[in-house]
Amino acid sequence: MNEGQLHGSVEIDAQTYTRDSAIGAPAVPEKMGLNSFAQLDYTNGKISAGVRYEAYENALLGYDARYNGQGIAYKYLRFADSTFDVTVGNFYEQFGSGLILRSYWQYQLGVDNSIDGVRLRYNLCKGISVKGIIGHQRYYWGEGTGIVRGIDGEINLNQLLPGWDSVKTKIILGGSFVSKYQVPDNTTYNVPGNVGATAGRITINNGGFSLYSEYAYKINDPSVVNNYIYKPGQAFLLRTGYSTKGFSFSVSGESIDNMSFKSDRTAVKNDLDINYLPTLPRDETYQLAQIYPYATQPNGEMGVDAEVRYTLPKESLFGGKYGTELDVEIAAVNALDTTNLNDLNTTRQGYSVNYFGVSDRIYFNNTTIELKHKFSPKFRMILQYVDEAYNKDVIQQEVGYGIIHCNIGIFDGYYRITSSNTLHFEVQELETKKDQGSWAFGMAEMNFGSNWFVGALDEYNYGNPIASQQIHYYTLTGGYTHNALRISIGYGKTRSGILCVGGVCRQIPASDGFSISITNSF
Amino acid sequence: MKQLKIAIVILSGSFSSILYAQDMKGNKVPVLPIKTMNGILSSTSKFSNNGKPVVIDFWATWCVPCIMELNAIADKYDYWQKETGVKIFIVSVDTVHNTTTVASFVKNKGWRYEVYVDPDGNFQEAMKVMDTPCTMVVDGTGKIVWMHNSYNEGDEEKVFEELKKLTAKK
Repeated sequence: MNEGQLHGSVEIDAQTYTRDSAIGAPAVPEKMGLNSFAQLDYTNGKISAGVRYEAYENALLGYDARYNGQGIAYKYLRFADSTFDVTVGNFYEQFGSGLILRSYWQYQLGVDNSIDGVRLRYNLCKGISVKGIIGHQRYYWGEGTGIVRGIDGEINLNQLLPGWDSVKTKIILGGSFVSKYQVPDNTTYNVPGNVGATAGRITINNGGFSLYSEYAYKINDPSVVNNYIYKPGQAFLLRTGYSTKGFSFSVSGESIDNMSFKSDRTAVKNDLDINYLPTLPRDETYQLAQIYPYATQPNGEMGVDAEVRYTLPKESLFGGKYGTELDVEIAAVNALDTTNLNDLNTTRQGYSVNYFGVSDRIYFNNTTIELKHKFSPKFRMILQYVDEAYNKDVIQQEVGYGIIHCNIGIFDGYYRITSSNTLHFEVQELETKKDQGSWAFGMAEMNFGSNWFVGALDEYNYGNPIASQQIHYYTLTGGYTHNALRISIGYGKTRSGILCVGGVCRQIPASDGFSISITNSF
Repeated sequence: MKQLKIAIVILSGSFSSILYAQDMKGNKVPVLPIKTMNGILSSTSKFSNNGKPVVIDFWATWCVPCIMELNAIADKYDYWQKETGVKIFIVSVDTVHNTTTVASFVKNKGWRYEVYVDPDGNFQEAMKVMDTPCTMVVDGTGKIVWMHNSYNEGDEEKVFEELKKLTAKK
């Protein structure tokens, strides 16, 4: 009999809130927020089972208050062998790049659209795999009313076709179909109960050359998000590039038209998304570059992204002793070229699209130049420059800001003081004449061995046109890491803003207080 | 008061897990479907090395310490393989829109690791990876014997020490 294994993970994030009118930090009656979860998984041979308990007492500011409370949020039972895999209960799944189905859990964003139902995965033969799902999506402490069902198949031609396993060009084809059913109970519009979406994809690799493309089509899906129009939706992705040691380039393009796909036609924001629309621009990790992050526009956008990476060789003039990495990326996302049909009293198609045209309405433009250089065994740095145009009216849905142009300079340094102690420091500046004006940022973090760290950072809105808003948002932090355990504490002020991961965002309100975060797995 | 009780229970659980558990140490690497960086469906059962040690490293293209660690190990990989026979598997936890850039990123670096992508996070979740980088040393039977989150310059030497211990036991 196989020996069973029990393992799990725990996370707790807590924060105190002090009213601070200068930064807009609100009074919080309970004085403290807490998000936490504990997950246990048991595996014995081909069988596994698990539960996740969550507690939000109350949810941290910026998380939807419908999370307040506690309970079992996730449970499953699974059987899997080399050809057959079945799960009953909650699961996360994705078809292709997620254009018509992606259920996932992003704890930082407060997004959890797990499907509670049944999932089957089957390897029909070498080179062909299929999977099918059916269920309801998680909706805070309940479930969405819509039923979601889908099927996906993938064919690896090099594994399937005789003689193709030695062919240098590798080709994978995939196709999927997803539909939802929700009772058509809208009293104003004649809405379909069943809405189907289909997608096809291809992946080609040949040495350093790669190509991925996916096209998705969704039938008419009137909803709150698209103002109940009957226009079908479409999305197209193309990514291609070439890479070899020391050099790579990639080009990506996308077009998204009316592709919000939710299991409840009345859902808004990040609730009950069946699909995921990838964003072209990179996720920013530096503090000031996160002030204006891009969020995918499900109603329509068209974008292109190009990136070149080059390593200046070691011992060359600009490469230095260890080589220098240069990375240049340009991203541009605009509105679709549309014509309003003014038919909301008749056919309600909403608009027509010229897919071969580009609207001059800018959503997001970004040019990033990054340099990584190691000066010595003790000192290395990253320099980054960002030039950005950001349509805050569209992306953050706050009217009156227009296009915000900004320039950001970042210096990120690592200095190894001793064999076990490292100093990490950053200096950043964001320059703009609009919105809240210019910002400066400084951070220093001292790492003692592999376990301890202390740090301090300050984000200063020195360019705010309102003198009383030229505020320092400072934070002191410290923490301990050992194996999988990480504990960090902090005290300070946080500015309001938005947090985005992969084009999906949530608001972060201003706050002032203590915070603690503990994560561990076992 | 209720919040305080919840916090105490969860904190107790956290600290109990430190005292009585050994992280994922002692657990075997679970068998799950996973994709190579070129999009080919594979399995984590491939994370083996004929009885010799394995390192599994969870990373992301946007994670600066992850890249520093993998660059540092890359410089020493030939020596590590010669001394311990290790094979290194790196698993990208980039979200969907980044996974197609993983192959380009890795080829540009010239890394010789076995590279996989985990965009839906199923393997990351099964391995209880909470932060990146997360580095695990796995023995020849598939059991996790050491793991660590975060990276500071020189931390790769601790990985090598664990590999040497494994090969010394034989």
